[in-house]
Amino acid sequence: MLKCQNCNIKEANVHVTKIANGSKSEMHLCEECAKNKQEFGVNNVSFGFPMSFQNIVDGLFEVIGTPKQVLSPGEICSVCGMTFVDFRNSGRVGCSNCYYTFSKNMFPLIKRVHGNIQHTGKIPKRTGGMIKVRRNVEKLREELRVLVENEEYERAANIRDEIRSLENELNNLEK
Amino acid sequence: MGDSNNIVLTSRIRLARNISEVPFPHMLPFSKSEEIIEEVNASVINNYINNINEFKLIKLKEISNLERLSMVEKHLISKEHVKNYENAAVLINNTNNISIMINEEDHIRLQVMENSFNLKGIYEIASEIDDIIEDKVTYAYDNKLGYLTSCPTNLGTGIRASVMLHLPALSLIKNIDNVIDTVNQVGMTIRGFYGEGSNSMGNIYQISNQITLGLSEDEIINNIVGVTKKIIDNENSARELILKKQALELEDDIYRSLGMLKYTRLITTSECLNLLSKIRMGIEMGIIKDIDIKSIDELFFKVQPATLQLASGGELDNRGRDVARAKVIREILN
Repeated sequence: MLKCQNCNIKEANVHVTKIANGSKSEMHLCEECAKNKQEFGVNNVSFGFPMSFQNIVDGLFEVIGTPKQVLSPGEICSVCGMTFVDFRNSGRVGCSNCYYTFSKNMFPLIKRVHGNIQHTGKIPKRTGGMIKVRRNVEKLREELRVLVENEEYERAANIRDEIRSLENELNNLEK
Repeated sequence: MGDSNNIVLTSRIRLARNISEVPFPHMLPFSKSEEIIEEVNASVINNYINNINEFKLIKLKEISNLERLSMVEKHLISKEHVKNYENAAVLINNTNNISIMINEEDHIRLQVMENSFNLKGIYEIASEIDDIIEDKVTYAYDNKLGYLTSCPTNLGTGIRASVMLHLPALSLIKNIDNVIDTVNQVGMTIRGFYGEGSNSMGNIYQISNQITLGLSEDEIINNIVGVTKKIIDNENSARELILKKQALELEDDIYRSLGMLKYTRLITTSECLNLLSKIRMGIEMGIIKDIDIKSIDELFFKVQPATLQLASGGELDNRGRDVARAKVIREILN
């Protein structure tokens, strides 16, 4: 009979293989001790490890091929003081500025997670004034192209004027 | 018989937002946390949406642990939020379906819920509130990455759209794994709502989007709506199948469950949720006609550990809870 590694009294009938950061470890426990061991979850229904993005971020970087010693020790976010290593360990950034400080390595990760690196959704009303206008201009340019292709020159002229006035607006916003 | 209004228990929209130039909650000193709470509170005060929403500010450190856990059970705040209770607060409206979590994983987590299948409708409300807050608060936002969040998995739209579904028939004919695979294939996640891991007490499942960057809010919501409609159809088909082949067995199962609940003296959460699921299915399918579905949905919350203890006046041990639970059920069903 294999005895529980923790209490050494009861029979070990829970066998746990833990794989973390590339190394494997095995534990043999009785039900009681397995339940009590903190890392095996608080619930008496499952002994599952809480999987979260935080846990797998480090692994993701390995898959993408980001070298471990990727930044010089001095690479710290100027707003919150977080280092890239902190992010690799926690899966969270410290502030919005981190995305710029660590952009070179964040972008491949973000592409991995979302498959995308271009936001196409809602824009904040105040902060996004210029972006909205730019998006409209792009949409209109596409419309213009289609109208010209279909030889609808009158409507195309109207659209072209709209584009002109919007571009003026952009120039004014930029000043 | 189980139309989409009854298979879908809740629709939920959550938006993640952060304040520009300020460290995210897990890097914030206490004094700064207080400032953020004040700033967000000030942005919604005196702003009524449809004249029926007035927000009440609750600082998590000022209420008891039971009260915090009860709010988690009611989906008003998250477990993550409770972890940061010393620095966190929540704004809740008077009908308890809109909550603005402050200093959770992000500075602001805005959430709107409804007990029906109406993701588009509640997104409108969430977006309106988002605009009201943004009018006074400068958000962290980037042209490429969208709304900037503490965890990269929430970048872009910062939206999590989810529906809670009751799928007893699919569970009965052991077809849930099929559903899980299909949902995963289209890039969404599904999990049993009550219980950890693949456990799913009460046959209640939650589907939500995974990707938040690169798709518009409308696209994300349309995707969930599409998948949900398909699953509702599947659940309805499964119910028809069961009715065709085993109508009497089903009726027997449902009425036995009702009997248990009406007369039990001691009952655990998990047993209770599974029985409640049978009753709800009975009502949805028109087999039980004299119980209001609302009282069953209320029971789903009332029997949860923290809410139960709060109503009983204080902490109870396991056995005490099992007794109190049975009492609450007997009172409502008899």
